[in-house]
Amino acid sequence: MNHDHTHKQFDVEMEGIRSGVLSMGGMVEKQLTRAIDALGNEEDSDLLDAVGADEASINQLQINIDQQCAQIIARRQPAAVDLRMVLTVSKIVNDLERIGDEVKKIAYKAAQARGSDQLARVRYYDVARAAGNALAMLQHALDAFARLDVDRAASIIDEDEAIDAAFASILRQLISYMMEDPRTITPALEIVFIAKSIERIGDHAKNIAEAVVQVVKGKDVRHSSAKQIRAEVAQS
Amino acid sequence: MDTLVASREVNVEGASVAPAKMSIRNLDFYYGKFHGLKNINLEVAERRVTAFIGPSGCGKSTLLRALNRMYSLYPGQRATGQIMFNGENILDPRVDLNMLRSKVGMVFQKPTPFPMSIYDNIAFGIRLYENLPQRQMDERVESALAKAAIWDEVKDKLKQSGMALSGGQQQRLCIARAIAVQPDVLLLDEPTSALDPISTAKVEELLSDLKRDYTIAIVTHNMQQAARVSDFTAYMYLGELIEFGETDQLFLRPMRKETEDYITGRFG
Repeated sequence: MNHDHTHKQFDVEMEGIRSGVLSMGGMVEKQLTRAIDALGNEEDSDLLDAVGADEASINQLQINIDQQCAQIIARRQPAAVDLRMVLTVSKIVNDLERIGDEVKKIAYKAAQARGSDQLARVRYYDVARAAGNALAMLQHALDAFARLDVDRAASIIDEDEAIDAAFASILRQLISYMMEDPRTITPALEIVFIAKSIERIGDHAKNIAEAVVQVVKGKDVRHSSAKQIRAEVAQS
Repeated sequence: MDTLVASREVNVEGASVAPAKMSIRNLDFYYGKFHGLKNINLEVAERRVTAFIGPSGCGKSTLLRALNRMYSLYPGQRATGQIMFNGENILDPRVDLNMLRSKVGMVFQKPTPFPMSIYDNIAFGIRLYENLPQRQMDERVESALAKAAIWDEVKDKLKQSGMALSGGQQQRLCIARAIAVQPDVLLLDEPTSALDPISTAKVEELLSDLKRDYTIAIVTHNMQQAARVSDFTAYMYLGELIEFGETDQLFLRPMRKETEDYITGRFG
């Protein structure tokens, strides 16, 4: 947003929710990085504790930022781009909080899925790689938000399709293992849940990207195809 | 040669959204040498509320005052262009100003009750245009006060002075007085800027009732008021119409950068 409000305090409040999203996003990134470590490493209870503690801080930030949004609406009656920003921030912190929940699930399921050597390749390689892609996607979405960059936001929608494809591929692999050896069913199911959580993180990152398009363009692009979103972004 | 054909529809982004009651075409307005309104083109939608917003001196009150030729009271003020209303250009010098103002009533920022009884405040205007028997006059006065949502508050004291009412009641009395002569259009120039929030809410609520019967144009400094009460909003700046559109659209996604800066408080 180009120039300042006549009320300087309004600028301070808007900057407050914006930087709140970025620090909350940074915390979720850190938590996801820890969970990816948990996928690779052997038993590490400190890691699980850290992921749980991250989640509590993330939840608290969600509450704080939402409250700031409500205060801005009550005190400033924002309009147009400001209103869209406030509503969007409230949606983004919701997505970030949900990502935090998924990350916690990944870390705990990873601990439970240990001890099945047959599945090590799927777990360490394909799942960790998909989780790395989800982390990159989240970073790109937060970056698009920080710069209000709609081109960047539109490219994230393609990344989500790649994560969905990786999820389908992991599922196919696990099904083959389970058919060959029923003893792998229990750990394989844990990995299915992990993969599903990664896929959900991609969906939430995509929601954030769509929210960025809405702030900048004033058009709600949820439930639109990637092609429609790119067309909307291309419009001046 | 003037072509007295004007659009009969209100168009937003090229699409017709409502029939027009007044059509303003190429309107320019001068205070002596000062060019107060520059080539305004706008349709005022029938039985809808149209709000004019913009910073002080943008021409919004000037535009409102042109709509019933209020400016004709002042020498040196003149308008060119057309304002089509009921098939005639009201800027034509031959227009009967008394008839025009009975059809296009006006309510001002400060309540202006006459120093007479509540009843006579309403009956005064009616007597200028019509000679009604007492019973019909009573009915007309009651109906005007009821439409202005003040009947219940004054029905037991119609003989008391209108000046004794509260500010909010006085303003609704003035609206009743404007309605009593059965106008088509009501012009309101910052009608609530001298009122407390509860009286303001009553007047705003009244507008949503009145638009069932009347075409309303309102000038307001309060953007949230424009957002609350109007169907269409016109944003003006330095005598020009910058943006006109449906209120829902204009306050969520204005087309012009200047409009966005103003409604989000990034002005000046």
